[in-house]
Amino acid sequence: MGKVLMKGNEAIAQAAISAGCEGFFGYPITPQNEVPEYMSKYLAKSGGVFVQAESELAAINMVYGAAAAGARVMTSSSSPGIALKQEGISYCAGAQLPVVIVSISRGGPGLGGILPSQGDYNQATRGGGNGDYRVIVLAPNGVQEATDMVRHAFKLADAYRIPVMVMADGIIGQMMEPVEIDTTPIPKAPNLWAATGQGKRAHTNMVNSMHLDPYELEDHNILLNNKYLEIAKNETDYEKYLCDDAEVLIVAYGTPSRIVKSAIKTLREEGIKAGLFRPKTLVPYPFEALHEASKSVKFVLVTELSMGQMIVDVKVAVNGLVPVHFYGRTGGVIFEPKEIVDAVKSHLGGK
Amino acid sequence: MKTVKMVCAGFGGQGILSMGQMVALMAMKKGFNTSWMPSYGPEMRGGTANCQVVIDEAEIASPIVSEGITLLLAMNQMALTKFQPKLEKGAWLIVNSALVDTKDVPSDVHILKADFNAIAQEVGNPKVQNMAALGTLAAHMDIFNKQDGLDIIEEKFGKKNPELTLLNQKAFEKAYDIS
Amino acid sequence: MTVVFKKTKGLTNKPLTYCPGCTHGIIHRLVAEVLEELNILDRSVLIASVGCSVMAYDFFNTDCIQAAHGRAPAVATGVKRVRPDSIVFTYQGDGDLASIGTGEIVQAAHRGENITVIFVNNAIYGMTGGQMAPTTLPGQITTTSPYGRDVKTQGEPIKMSELIATIPGTYYVERVMTADPVSVRKAKTAIKKAFQNQVDGKGFSMVEVLSSCNIGWGLSPVDSLKYIKESMAPYFPLGVYKDKGKAE
Repeated sequence: MGKVLMKGNEAIAQAAISAGCEGFFGYPITPQNEVPEYMSKYLAKSGGVFVQAESELAAINMVYGAAAAGARVMTSSSSPGIALKQEGISYCAGAQLPVVIVSISRGGPGLGGILPSQGDYNQATRGGGNGDYRVIVLAPNGVQEATDMVRHAFKLADAYRIPVMVMADGIIGQMMEPVEIDTTPIPKAPNLWAATGQGKRAHTNMVNSMHLDPYELEDHNILLNNKYLEIAKNETDYEKYLCDDAEVLIVAYGTPSRIVKSAIKTLREEGIKAGLFRPKTLVPYPFEALHEASKSVKFVLVTELSMGQMIVDVKVAVNGLVPVHFYGRTGGVIFEPKEIVDAVKSHLGGK
Repeated sequence: MKTVKMVCAGFGGQGILSMGQMVALMAMKKGFNTSWMPSYGPEMRGGTANCQVVIDEAEIASPIVSEGITLLLAMNQMALTKFQPKLEKGAWLIVNSALVDTKDVPSDVHILKADFNAIAQEVGNPKVQNMAALGTLAAHMDIFNKQDGLDIIEEKFGKKNPELTLLNQKAFEKAYDIS
Repeated sequence: MTVVFKKTKGLTNKPLTYCPGCTHGIIHRLVAEVLEELNILDRSVLIASVGCSVMAYDFFNTDCIQAAHGRAPAVATGVKRVRPDSIVFTYQGDGDLASIGTGEIVQAAHRGENITVIFVNNAIYGMTGGQMAPTTLPGQITTTSPYGRDVKTQGEPIKMSELIATIPGTYYVERVMTADPVSVRKAKTAIKKAFQNQVDGKGFSMVEVLSSCNIGWGLSPVDSLKYIKESMAPYFPLGVYKDKGKAE
């Protein structure tokens, strides 16, 4: 199959279908509506189940139930809806359920706006659910990568029995780009732990996140953490662009990283050696690679479509080696390449 | 090639978004990298509509065209007023002369005018004015020829509605030929 | 010697953690017996909720999923939709179903999900220490209505069976109680019907069981049974509120 021109949201939905998604549970919210719309049209045709839930709360709990029954499942939403899903995400993490959550983020707080934003970095990476848990967070920079990451998310969810979030901004959701969706079937784990009725099994299965005995809960949380450490070791991913000779390192993720690339071209034309470091996994964060990349630069500039959230992780990574500056726009306003160029120049000039 | 940063803007219902999509589709078929980004949200419920199309040989850096527009298709006056300040020097401006007055456009902008309303009327369906616009656009852009446009119209409407396909192709061709 | 009573295979050997005198145990037994009698134990999935029955997953000899507070009908929807051959039932208390989970129960009923809901109404939050529930009776004293439920500011007790029965999507709704041997037998008949409906693919069935909380109510077990009959049942009338099967 060659490339087709597809809207990000629809491509994400198609990628999930190609990954063998058996159930989708969602609720309308802009700017992710094309995901449930596409699923309602096509998922049943490939043998899956689509349910429009009464709320994001119900949707994530349907996902919880369907995943507990061993099905490969997904939900999608946008910022305020993801906030509502946090309770269920914590339960999925606690019960070690493989689920995929797509977040097409928009401006906040509160009802905020509907234009693209990265104000949900903390929401995605720290989560609003209770307890000692992490979910994997993948951040694509365009439609093609979004589809690849959705497929990868299902693989990771299965491999580690963990919720995986694909966090894209509203640009990716709404934009059309040529895309080729991989159609290779993704083998499914047997999910021997699933609760579907005892059948011929010698024992009953239980999917549960409650452990009233403190020692039992401690053991459980240590197990979750060990799993996370394993994920950090194996699955951390990032892209480096013109970093080798860079004197200025710009850190950005998602679509804004492409705007930064455009700025870097301009900067290099003007003789300023800038490079881009782009985390592709926000959890686990590429701390070590970023630390290495920051060693030979004058400073690091973090650019986000927010007032500065990822910058905390960047500072942890850089660990005081060089100054870490910030440039961001928020509320749905998207910075232009020129703004990044100017920000770099102002910090260079200030030396 | 120089990156094409195009904005198509007009009234909701003028077929702006689908016309932009067809430009991106044509570019993709010609082997270029391309992106199409709509304005979305409450804006799309009536009033104005616009979309941004970027075409490049290299990887598309930014799908957002907020500055340095190289090609603006303005289907109404509001669209021109809104995006004129963001045109780069030497940019091309295509306007629907039936609805847009260009007397305030700076002299470093190349203007292409055609009466898309009239062409659509001649063809017999006011709805096809967006395909007339596509005709003018395709005639202007080096990377496309007439057949590319006719093919894309066939692909987009052919199966669903052969009659509409013909109308669309007529409008496209008329505008292409006079441009 | 003839066996006149035997523990059902539907329950595990774990000792129940309910307070002595509480009728959760009876309701557990009724549900388990029904699953065994309908020969669906091996297909059943319990969705346990939050409240006193939070550990029901330890007691039922079926596959179990523990749900968040109020969300059991949504979890059940997820299971039933991807595994339509499973027999999926929720076991929820009044705080869970009639307060925090009103959205989920109403919407699952509205979609006509082919699931079975066992709604245990004891007019109080037992697990958390006897707070006022949406079903707490007028004037009833609880730890958050220490002067008795004041209907002017705290509302009249909510009648879930009546409410759910009005929803077009529901198939069967009945209210029963566990106050004496006769009412317990009637409760079992209703529960059996609610599961048979699911087996037959009929749709959403709910049985509300008026149950006791002698500790929360501050009554002896015997007085509690009397309270169900004499105080609760008059406010929450027993009976069938919806039975599409009868109409068919």
